[in-house]
Amino acid sequence: MDDKGNGSPALPRPVFNEDHCKGCGRCVAACPRKVLRIKDTLNVRGVNPAEYVGEGCIGCAICFYNCPEPYAIQVHKPEKK
Amino acid sequence: MAVIKAKGFYDTFDRSGTPTRDTHYCPGCGHGIIHKLLCEAMADMGIQDRTVIVNPIGCAVFGYYYWDVGNVGAAHGRAQSVATAINRTRPDSIVISYQGDGDLAAIGFNATFQAANRGEHVATFFVNNSTYGMTGGQMAPTTLLGQKTKTTPFGRAADHEGYPLCVCEALNQLKAPVYIARVSVADTKRIMEAKKAIRKALEIQVQKKGFAFVEILSPCPTNLGLDPLKAAQWEIEQSEQIFPLGTFRDISAEAESRKDPEPKPTPSEFFGGGTDVKAPEPDYAFGTKHIKIAGFGGQGILSLGLAIAEAARYSARYSSWFPSYGPEQRGGSSSCNVIVSGTPIGSPDAPQPDVLVCMNRPSYDRFAKDVPKGGVILCDATVEITEQPPEGVKLFMMPSLKLATEFGVPKATNTVMLAALAHLGVTGLATEQLLNALDDSFKKKPKLIPINRDIFQKAYAWCEANWKA
Ligand SMILES: Cc1ncc(C[n+]2csc(CCOP(=O)(O)OP(=O)(O)O)c2C)c(N)n1
Ligand code: SF4
Ligand code: SF4
Ligand code: SF4
Ligand SMILES: [Mg+2]
Repeated sequence: MDDKGNGSPALPRPVFNEDHCKGCGRCVAACPRKVLRIKDTLNVRGVNPAEYVGEGCIGCAICFYNCPEPYAIQVHKPEKK
Repeated sequence: MAVIKAKGFYDTFDRSGTPTRDTHYCPGCGHGIIHKLLCEAMADMGIQDRTVIVNPIGCAVFGYYYWDVGNVGAAHGRAQSVATAINRTRPDSIVISYQGDGDLAAIGFNATFQAANRGEHVATFFVNNSTYGMTGGQMAPTTLLGQKTKTTPFGRAADHEGYPLCVCEALNQLKAPVYIARVSVADTKRIMEAKKAIRKALEIQVQKKGFAFVEILSPCPTNLGLDPLKAAQWEIEQSEQIFPLGTFRDISAEAESRKDPEPKPTPSEFFGGGTDVKAPEPDYAFGTKHIKIAGFGGQGILSLGLAIAEAARYSARYSSWFPSYGPEQRGGSSSCNVIVSGTPIGSPDAPQPDVLVCMNRPSYDRFAKDVPKGGVILCDATVEITEQPPEGVKLFMMPSLKLATEFGVPKATNTVMLAALAHLGVTGLATEQLLNALDDSFKKKPKLIPINRDIFQKAYAWCEANWKA
């Protein structure tokens, strides 16, 4: 996990920019691996943002497509060999 | 490392002075998901630089802060009309109309139906969130029966408010549309279908195949009064009962690409002018002359304006002619705006004319104050001037009625005025071209050509003699 709680760079992982998250929970509900959750601390907007639990992501980008905010989530995937 | 991230958006959204990177949408709003799909499709297809999105009035009114394309804002309900204009005047662009259900299905339904029926090259994205989101949750044509809104507090009732309007089904009655589909962004499976439909509609535009319509069921948690997940579930369980998803029509494989027809004949072709003239080329040094001619009907106001516009065309200048009739067919007030320009003309209106021709007193009283500094007013000498023109505006009095009568054709006051304009040099056009246009205005009565040429010359001479520099 990196210092933002975004998991190991060698594995697929969602990268959140939590300032842009509105805490709607759509990504959390949609993730097929159930590896996202809503944090119990508030972000700058005053909402509880989504975060990665730190492992288990398969890089499917479903969270990205369910998120209404352009810049709240990216999904990083190591290049296939 | 491959990164899946938003594409096709501006890097920052400069909505309120300070750049941001988040949208104005409520948490869980379907608009944001649709934006992401649309922007990604435009970026992947490489069409952003030639795409124009007509932005609606509704929650998506700020779309132009987000999608990195050419943007136009339309009045509520008028997006299809604006999209039509862009499609017709810029046939090489990809035109998108993005509209809510209030915008498209209520106030704008006729415009939509007609645009679809004409098969305009427009990709229409119709966001059905079953309410007027922006204005606080009033009933929309798509509100479900029984659904409570601000204006149906006891639930929509068919005998009061009619039935939910199924727009895809209605458009499917028409011959022209190439693609009609209804999708949803309520869950992942549906979002992936929506993604395909959006791309399809855009491809149809790239191939110039015609009208493509994608309705998107989109949760509005705020006005449904549900949390984002329940609002999405409501779309699936309730909305889809009335608005089934699916492709209603796809004839894109058979449909032929069609370029838009060549522009229609110019006004001068209708009015009898010549057609074998050089097309204008931009000439920035020439500037733009705004000319207004006003009087009462029957004074030849409109044909004087047309002659100037024609002369401009013969001189390979851009020109427009925009008549304004009074409510009366004959004898009422009459005016026209003529623009002669070195560059393409946006609006044909001349609210602050550099040159004002007044054939009667009401025209002077009404328009003289609008002439900016450096402008010129040419008035018939019978007009009683009670208020001097604005500062820096030159006033010339021309006894056009008296001279025309002296020269034997009392009706030829407009020919006299044309000569005066030629003498003043205010149109930027050569006298020879003004004469050519004058000749053409009598094409149907050739006997009058030499007579009017004669009147023109005499009136010109009068100006030379009386308006010494
Ligand atoms: C000519 C005109 N009539 C009415 C309005 C008020 N008005 C603004 S947005 C809107 C409806 C918005 O609903 P919709 O088009 O469904 O968009 P949404 O906000 O739901 O996305 C209305 C009626 C207006 N701006 N202009
Ligand atoms: S990429 Fe897929 S698995 Fe990974 S967090 Fe997002 S939704 Fe879950
Ligand atoms: S979907 Fe986007 S806005 Fe909603 S909680 Fe997840 S990251 Fe935040
Ligand atoms: S009011 Fe509804 S449609 Fe408008 S931004 Fe909020 S959730 Fe979206
Ligand atoms: Mg709406």
